[in-house]
Amino acid sequence: MTILVLADRAGAAVSQPTRSAVAAAQQIGGEVHVLVLGQDGAEAAAKLPGVAKVLVAAGNDHALAEPAAALLVALAPGYTHLLAPGSAMGKNIMPRVAALLDVQVISDVAGVEGADTFRRFIYAGNALATVKTSDATKVMTVRAASFDPVAAEGGSAAIEPAPAAEDPGVSSFVGAEIAKLERPELTAARIVVSGGRAMGSADNFKILEGVADKLGAAIGASRAAVDAGYAPNDMQVGQTGKIVAPELYIAFGISGAIQHLAGMKDSKVIVAVNKDEEAPIFQVADYGLVGDVFKVIPELEAELGKK
Amino acid sequence: MKILVPVKRVVDYNVKVRVKADGTGVETANVKMSMNPFDEIAVEEAVRLKEKGTATEIVAVSIGPAAAQEQIRTALAMGADRGILVEHDGIVEPLAVAKMLKALVAKESPQLVLMGKQAIDDDMNATGQMLAALLGWPQGTFASKVEVADGIKVTREVDGGLETVALKLPAIVTADLRLNEPRYASLPNIMKARKKPIETVKPADLGVDPAPRLTVLKVEEPPKRQAGVKVGSVQELVEKLRTEAKVI
Ligand SMILES: Cc1cc2nc3c(=O)[nH]c(=O)nc-3n(C[C@H](O)[C@H](O)[C@H](O)COP(=O)(O)OP(=O)(O)OC[C@H]3O[C@@H](n4cnc5c(N)ncnc54)[C@H](O)[C@@H]3O)c2cc1C
Ligand SMILES: Nc1ncnc2c1ncn2[C@@H]1O[C@H](COP(=O)(O)O)[C@@H](O)[C@H]1O
Repeated sequence: MTILVLADRAGAAVSQPTRSAVAAAQQIGGEVHVLVLGQDGAEAAAKLPGVAKVLVAAGNDHALAEPAAALLVALAPGYTHLLAPGSAMGKNIMPRVAALLDVQVISDVAGVEGADTFRRFIYAGNALATVKTSDATKVMTVRAASFDPVAAEGGSAAIEPAPAAEDPGVSSFVGAEIAKLERPELTAARIVVSGGRAMGSADNFKILEGVADKLGAAIGASRAAVDAGYAPNDMQVGQTGKIVAPELYIAFGISGAIQHLAGMKDSKVIVAVNKDEEAPIFQVADYGLVGDVFKVIPELEAELGKK
Repeated sequence: MKILVPVKRVVDYNVKVRVKADGTGVETANVKMSMNPFDEIAVEEAVRLKEKGTATEIVAVSIGPAAAQEQIRTALAMGADRGILVEHDGIVEPLAVAKMLKALVAKESPQLVLMGKQAIDDDMNATGQMLAALLGWPQGTFASKVEVADGIKVTREVDGGLETVALKLPAIVTADLRLNEPRYASLPNIMKARKKPIETVKPADLGVDPAPRLTVLKVEEPPKRQAGVKVGSVQELVEKLRTEAKVI
């Protein structure tokens, strides 16, 4: 078995979800190669423990799906499994690859039972399915929260150029608005502090920053908070946002809809602050505090300042 | 420009689904069914393009049981012009759905297929990308803004923010949550929708074998979290996080 993992584009580093995908590949077994789009990140990928080879593909710096899928299809004959993290990039590219190979993609794999048998959540995390594929090449994305990432250092893989693949020329990159990260990345953070509709406005939402700074935490949001414009879309946690599994997740003024829980209920410790003691979020919280966020957040910031 | 909008019949998003005791799937008997929420957004976007004069005709397609007619009717009531039901009982995976849609695209020649990014039952997030692959068309996935000009410009929700791509037409666009807010169909439009035509075909008519590639070995209830304790104050909370949970 030889497995190819498509790496997220993450500048000179390798994203944590990519390292989780490498961990999933190692659970499947066999030799693991990593494919990097663009020159950045190849050296970091070569340092991942247990990676035998890094392939570098020049020319598709924005990871456009059409040329990326063409490249993966060209590489596919050498591999039993093609993996990618379940990031926006992985989800954009891998189903396209699968269809070109006439196989059914397996999205968001949460467990490896064997080389052809995998576990994944369905219905917003309310059910866990074990599926066995009959396809020759297995194409899948990996739910990062379900696999402890491999270490960032320790390996020394060979770096080779990937063969050139043809760009179908039907799409082009126009521009991007990517927020500069002042905090840990949501899916990689050890602590996540999230706000919901209760925050009331974009200005009020900012009071979470004080607590996040004290804890070295990333900031997340419910869909209601994002839709109302209190927080940018990339902060959304849930079924259709990011899936996080930090050591500590603190939900401020979030009711606990199943779609939100789908994105955070694997967190090790969950804290909920809500003024409604009946809020469903308390059913999954290890520590619940019934109270007003506007009172609790400043108090918490002050308390965390004391040692 | 003609637009094809695939709409899936799924368990309503408000239903708390229950896993069947025999581990073969989830309970769907006597459960409220609706149009997949992302597909409502896709229909809405298509209707807006028609209202702007960009689109000329909207065809809603569903692959599913006879009852999926209801979801096609909903699309018609929102403003789609006609419907096609590919009648099939049982699970159809994204690959098979994409193959059937490809056959319908060959018949209907739309310039744009606007669909949901994800079905909230299988949570696959795959069909649009797969259809684009089979057709050799470009894809604008997770769209939060769509501008049709020469080709089509799609703003996409990606990790860390937004990205805009330009696609040649014909193209596939998959809708994310913030593309728009779908309208409620008015009563007169619901009445009008009853007279709009729905054609029914079978997978075999489209030359597609709907057999799944994945065998579901079992479906289980995920591990349940136990509700913990309520704390009385911020001080107590911090104390517990430091000494009991040891996470800060
Ligand atoms: C297809 C689909 C996908 C979805 N995907 C997601 C997703 O990925 N992520 C997601 O989060 N949601 C998602 N949703 C939306 C989800 O169903 C809920 O609507 C959403 O999570 C609610 O957000 P909320 O908890 O912030 O708001 P609300 O449900 O309005 O809850 C606000 C809470 O704040 C409390 N509160 C109010 N004021 C205060 C105060 N001053 N102090 C303390 N507490 C206060 C209230 O008691 C209430 O519990 C999705 C929905 C659909 C249909
Ligand atoms: N059976 C179906 N009938 C019509 N459209 C479908 C069907 N299955 C999937 N789709 C479309 O494909 C999108 C993505 O579904 P999925 O890949 O299953 O998550 C949905 O939002 C629908 O627009």
